[in-house]
Amino acid sequence: MADETLLSARGLTLHFGAIPALVDVDADLWPGEVLAVVGESGSGKSTLLNVLAGRMAPDAGAVWYRDPIGALHDVHAMPAPALRTLHRSDWGFVHQNPRENLRMAVTAGGNVGERLMARGSRHYGDIRAEAISWLRQVEIDAGRVDDFPRTFSGGMLQRLQIARTLVTHPRLVFMDEPTGGLDVSVQARLLDLIRTLVRRLGIAAVLVTHDLAVARLLAHRIMVMQRGRVVESGLTDRVLDDPKHEYTQLLVSSVLSA
Amino acid sequence: MTAPMISQADGYNFAYLDEQTKRMIRRSILKAVAVPGHQVPFGSREMPLPYGWGTGGIQVTAALLGTDDVLKVIDQGADDTTNAVSIRRFFARTAGIATTTRTAEATIIQTRHRIPETPLRADQIIVYQVPQPEPLSGLESSRTETSRMHGLADYGLMHVKLYEDITRYGHVSISYDYPVMVGGRYLMAPSPIPAFDNPKMDRMAALQLFGAGREKRIYAVPPYTEVRSLDFDDHPFRASRAPHTCNLCGADDSYLDEVVTDDKGGRMFVCSDTDHCEERRDGR
Ligand SMILES: Nc1ncnc2c1ncn2[C@@H]1O[C@H](COP(=O)(O)OP(=O)(O)OP(=O)(O)O)[C@@H](O)[C@H]1O
Ligand SMILES: [Mg+2]
Repeated sequence: MADETLLSARGLTLHFGAIPALVDVDADLWPGEVLAVVGESGSGKSTLLNVLAGRMAPDAGAVWYRDPIGALHDVHAMPAPALRTLHRSDWGFVHQNPRENLRMAVTAGGNVGERLMARGSRHYGDIRAEAISWLRQVEIDAGRVDDFPRTFSGGMLQRLQIARTLVTHPRLVFMDEPTGGLDVSVQARLLDLIRTLVRRLGIAAVLVTHDLAVARLLAHRIMVMQRGRVVESGLTDRVLDDPKHEYTQLLVSSVLSA
Repeated sequence: MTAPMISQADGYNFAYLDEQTKRMIRRSILKAVAVPGHQVPFGSREMPLPYGWGTGGIQVTAALLGTDDVLKVIDQGADDTTNAVSIRRFFARTAGIATTTRTAEATIIQTRHRIPETPLRADQIIVYQVPQPEPLSGLESSRTETSRMHGLADYGLMHVKLYEDITRYGHVSISYDYPVMVGGRYLMAPSPIPAFDNPKMDRMAALQLFGAGREKRIYAVPPYTEVRSLDFDDHPFRASRAPHTCNLCGADDSYLDEVVTDDKGGRMFVCSDTDHCEERRDGR
């Protein structure tokens, strides 16, 4: 295991007016690791994800990203073009609502191929072949490559978004409730798929979820947030089997009693 | 220059626009030439013509014209359409300059929809009338977002459009205003010229200026600048034309218009560039 982090945050603080969405948050992510951010609604999970990904600036604190050649980048001090390049190559972002990311008027193949084209791929046949291969990997029938996303079910849309994001083999993926809003059976299949892909490709991920079962299944480590603060963090099994903080205990017991 | 030049038509400044406005337009033109393919905003003025009649091109032409210039105006390839005739007459009256229908004789060519078949020279300037300067407008409606895409040369979306076309039709279905990359940096709308004319823009000896009146943008391709039509390696760009010869001059390499000859469905193909066609016929 590498001892150098892929992504590190120190002292992240962000207020929305009087609301403390983030208070002095530290976070570390190692290569190939899945870190879950859990907590109740409004605890600051999505805000943290957006700040880590450079999509939202903190009032205080910094986020550092180590690129493939080992150079460190202060994410919030990076020039916009460099950050944009990161987002379309090394990084990926999976939204809770796939419609926010997908182009609904573009075929499945075009959606998956976009990042390849943005990166400079200029061979139609290769782009299409790669799109088909990715549809297969997310368990969408290759025959749907020329269909529009509006003809897809919710679970398929989410899988399409994942294919579109992973096609450039990012090293780091940010996911905000990727299984939110889906039927339980559809969720289970999607979680399985995410786990397989992330392991096989060795992708590091920050995964926001309010579902402890999702965290248990996918994450190596977990951070528990309450009112913008990290109240507990550690290895997933340790935190969920032996929660130290009373808020974590409350979360765990509410799952057990459900 | 000391006093403003007063032309034949009393009461108008030379070439209609006042000197200050022309200087403002020239500054935008210089900026546009300095950053090939980049759209430069300018304070578009009211012109005695409605938008859609080439007010952007007319303002650029007005800012360029000197007393020695010879102006040619083409609309859909022809010099004798209403629009071309009225713009030519407008400048003849307000600037008292000479006009021509001959490509080779013109110093400034204002055009809508075509580039002349006769190759342009380094001592000529071509001014395109542009209805929509933003090549990404049909794909991304937010101006803020399109400027960011240009700023970061983030043109994946344009290729998605081409990908979709090939997927649906087997080829890129854009036949007019086919998007180009200028100098390997900026994506540019060449205005509604046929894709057939795109290769003429590449490394053209003449300065190419583009004026969009309603959208208040000017952009430029300096002489000898690379202009590449977007394509895929396995679906290369092709400048297609109707597979016929001109019924009047016999040309097999010019862009053709199909014209109806009678009310019984009779049709024929003729050169869209009327000057080119006439020269070929005169030369015979
Ligand atoms: N753009 C914003 N403007 C104002 N307040 C905001 C904004 N975004 C988030 N907040 C507030 O900041 C706090 C944290 O919000 P955040 O969206 O990060 O929570 P969350 O943990 O992701 O919740 P959920 O599980 O419901 O998605 C909440 O009180 C929220 O109302
Ligand atoms: Mg959220």
